[in-house]
Amino acid sequence: MDAGIALLTIFILSIFVGFEVVSKVSTILHTPLMSGANAIHGVILVGAIIVTGHADSNLELFLGLAAVVLATINMVGGFVVTDRMLELFKSKKNKSGDNK
Amino acid sequence: MTPVWSQLANLGAALAFIFALKALSSPKTARLGNRVGALGAIAAVAIVFFSESNLKHLNWILIAVALGTIFGFFAARKVQMTQMPQMVALFNGVGGGAAMAVSVIEFLNAGQEESFIALLATVFTVVVGSVSFTGSIVTFLKLQELMTSRPVVLPFGRTITIGTAVATLFFSIYLLVFPEIWALWILVVLSLILGVLFVLPVGGADVPIVISLLNAFTGLSVAASGYVLDNVLLLVAGTLVGASGTLLTQLMAKAMGRPLTSTLFGAFTATASSQAAAASDRPVKSAGPSDIAIMLTYASKVIIVPGYGLAVAQAQQTLRELVDLLISKGVEVEYAIHPVAGRMPGHMNVLLAEADVPYEQLKEMDEINSEFANTSVAVVVGANDVVNPAARTDSTSPIFGMPILNADQAEQIVFMKRSMRPGFAGVENELLFNEKTTLLFGDAKDSLAKVVAAVKTM
Repeated sequence: MDAGIALLTIFILSIFVGFEVVSKVSTILHTPLMSGANAIHGVILVGAIIVTGHADSNLELFLGLAAVVLATINMVGGFVVTDRMLELFKSKKNKSGDNK
Repeated sequence: MTPVWSQLANLGAALAFIFALKALSSPKTARLGNRVGALGAIAAVAIVFFSESNLKHLNWILIAVALGTIFGFFAARKVQMTQMPQMVALFNGVGGGAAMAVSVIEFLNAGQEESFIALLATVFTVVVGSVSFTGSIVTFLKLQELMTSRPVVLPFGRTITIGTAVATLFFSIYLLVFPEIWALWILVVLSLILGVLFVLPVGGADVPIVISLLNAFTGLSVAASGYVLDNVLLLVAGTLVGASGTLLTQLMAKAMGRPLTSTLFGAFTATASSQAAAASDRPVKSAGPSDIAIMLTYASKVIIVPGYGLAVAQAQQTLRELVDLLISKGVEVEYAIHPVAGRMPGHMNVLLAEADVPYEQLKEMDEINSEFANTSVAVVVGANDVVNPAARTDSTSPIFGMPILNADQAEQIVFMKRSMRPGFAGVENELLFNEKTTLLFGDAKDSLAKVVAAVKTM
């Protein structure tokens, strides 16, 4: 199979997976969904590292390092903040102890 | 070509992301899922350093990663739950900026030799990533109230925006035909400006939809840069986010009862600002905390309608105290959560969860709307537009068509308000003048605390 077609196939299948998975997300968790999805696109960090590692000019290096910083903020911040939010969602059963 | 083991590892990371999203279907599994997703991401990043041959500038890259980690971590730890929307907007924006920068560098490297489809993906990432970058920053400034949250309408605003959009389109096509570097820089600048122009006219109440849309944008630009770099993980991860953002945006637009286009082109603009000034002096019925306490204690069923004002007053804890107290006195109490309560989809749930309200008590609009008719008291705290009957009846109202909570069907309605000032959308609320309505003026936290004290004496 042609490499371009393979990528296109993956792209289209991913769309379906994305819709399928996200449509089942509980509405009370829409904010964590947004920040969690946000964190996931932080993997652009992988791309940023690759292009920066092959930078030939100072301009490319500078742009690349900026991309690495931004992408890391996106990824680390996204996952940490989502974790903080999800920690708050407790069920009635296991919250009896910590009533203030 | 990257080694097979690293491709397999990337597949693992992609599965971790799918699992992370899937786990959000229940609050019980969500946290674990997020951690698995984070592990997948960390693994994917770690692997790049080994699978990519001859990476240069390693020291610089590691310093940049360390810097980003420190910023990201502390920002995420320190942010308050009320400020979550602007935090998400900011994280989203920097992601878009990164995707844009990656594509620009790749173009500088190999622009002339790229295939047509790779060029198309590059142009897409540059435009959409830039729009997401500056658009998210403007959204952040609006929500953080570093600039006005009302729609900003420039003179000839629409003409300027359309002009910029046309110019952006022109240079996009130009680049596809003549992949020249100067044209790329012009395209970057135009797209950055377009992002600002795109968000400026959006009013406060519509900002949640924009955050969600920009999230989808960043996702798609990451997917496109995955195509350019021939990286399957970026492609899959970006597409997943694109799909989730698109779906959420549709849900939000539906919850506001308006097509997406009218949000983006500022239907609120003119009417909202003209009506906002006129706080009316029509007669209303108000009462003291002890009257409200009696009303609530002897009710059989109470529904609480919380809004963003509750969080602004930091009154969630006090509200939960009141609810716990009423439940202990045998009153049936539930919370009715409008899809746009708060400043982003699902925001109110997070704010109440922070105050230890069990999520089982939180009911969505569709689930609870039929119950208002057999409810003794609906208590509206810090909310306004989401219970405004004008959305059903008054076709001239800017919020007309928005599905609302049927608080007006309860036997009695209690409004806790600071003043008669209209809500976020700047529209007068008829429900305030309804004969079933009683108002309790004052800061939400104060009022609730007084009601709690009064209920305790009974």
